[in-house]
Amino acid sequence: MLQRLTAGGFERLIAVRFAGPPVTFPPLDSLQWHGSLRAFGWGLRATSATILSVVLFVTFIGIGALAHDTHFSMLWAILSTVLVWAGPAQIILVSTLGSGQTILQSAIAVTMSAIRLFPMVVAVLPLIRGPKTRRRHLVLIAHFTAVTLWVECYRFLPHVPRERRIAFVHGLGTGLMGVALVATIIGYLLAANLSQTFGAAVLLLTPLAFLFSTLRNAKELADVLALGLGLVLYPLAARLNSGVDILVSGVGAGTLAFAVHKWRERREAA
Amino acid sequence: MSDFIGDWHALVVLLVAGVIPNQIWRLLGLWFGSGLDEGSDLLMWVKAVATAILAGVIAQIVVQPPGALASVPWGLRYGAIVAGLGAFLATRRSIFAGVVCGEAVMLAGTWWLG
Repeated sequence: MLQRLTAGGFERLIAVRFAGPPVTFPPLDSLQWHGSLRAFGWGLRATSATILSVVLFVTFIGIGALAHDTHFSMLWAILSTVLVWAGPAQIILVSTLGSGQTILQSAIAVTMSAIRLFPMVVAVLPLIRGPKTRRRHLVLIAHFTAVTLWVECYRFLPHVPRERRIAFVHGLGTGLMGVALVATIIGYLLAANLSQTFGAAVLLLTPLAFLFSTLRNAKELADVLALGLGLVLYPLAARLNSGVDILVSGVGAGTLAFAVHKWRERREAA
Repeated sequence: MSDFIGDWHALVVLLVAGVIPNQIWRLLGLWFGSGLDEGSDLLMWVKAVATAILAGVIAQIVVQPPGALASVPWGLRYGAIVAGLGAFLATRRSIFAGVVCGEAVMLAGTWWLG
């Protein structure tokens, strides 16, 4: 009881305190969904209905500060948020370049971390596509796709009429990117005044938020296994020092999780 | 103004090592995504690998920490993640409770260690 109270209470508190009350969408057949601009507006407003906006804000303060401390320019930090649009990739990029690794090593590490965007885009698009949708209508959505948008599409889109989903996700993506952009600039400007402890706390936020949001979204045993095995195998793979450690541990752990899933499926069928 | 823009070489590096490596996967998803069945074995495997790669990214930040996080002793970094995980599970999967608990443990630890 107490647990439920504190957990729910915390989230409600943060939602009201920092992000306004949760958005409740109009019914699917409402006139409020009439026109793309309105749907865009609902998407924009939905940004304030997710705790992940707060996480995003703090994460990108960290990224802005990290970019400043590694002597990149403000424009560099802004462009990395708008054009890369993937928190972990940006952290890996800045920290590898900052620690003196070559551009090639850094590009490989970022490419490895970005592979996850492929299945995310593949999974998000069927939720958005309608019978008349052309591929070029989905380019911006593919660009906006990252872990936060991916998670929130599953939550919000069932409440959005299908023909308005493109506009809605454009609004949601714009809102999330706006939050991250403002945070990047604030973090960059504040960096000189941030204490080391605060900087460390901000950087720890990314692994915590990623771990828990992926775990909450894990619906099947294969997902949980892939996550757990991936966490355990990476430190072992890192001992190889191959330059592609994340790929080695990722493919290994993912394939193992998939094999266990298939094995269980077959056993249940038999 | 030149402070704002910085050196163009760094912007080229951003394009080569940051923008292209990310956008290529998004474009591939856009290109091949329409042909893949949501329940197919191939997509299932790709998803499992993607999750495991994300786990690798999480582990990398904790095991080989960037920037200021490197000043926190390893025991405290691992402890914070484990404590956050405990809070996340105890609160029936509240992301917020997990994040706050993990951060609180790290901050309390650094304060205690001085």
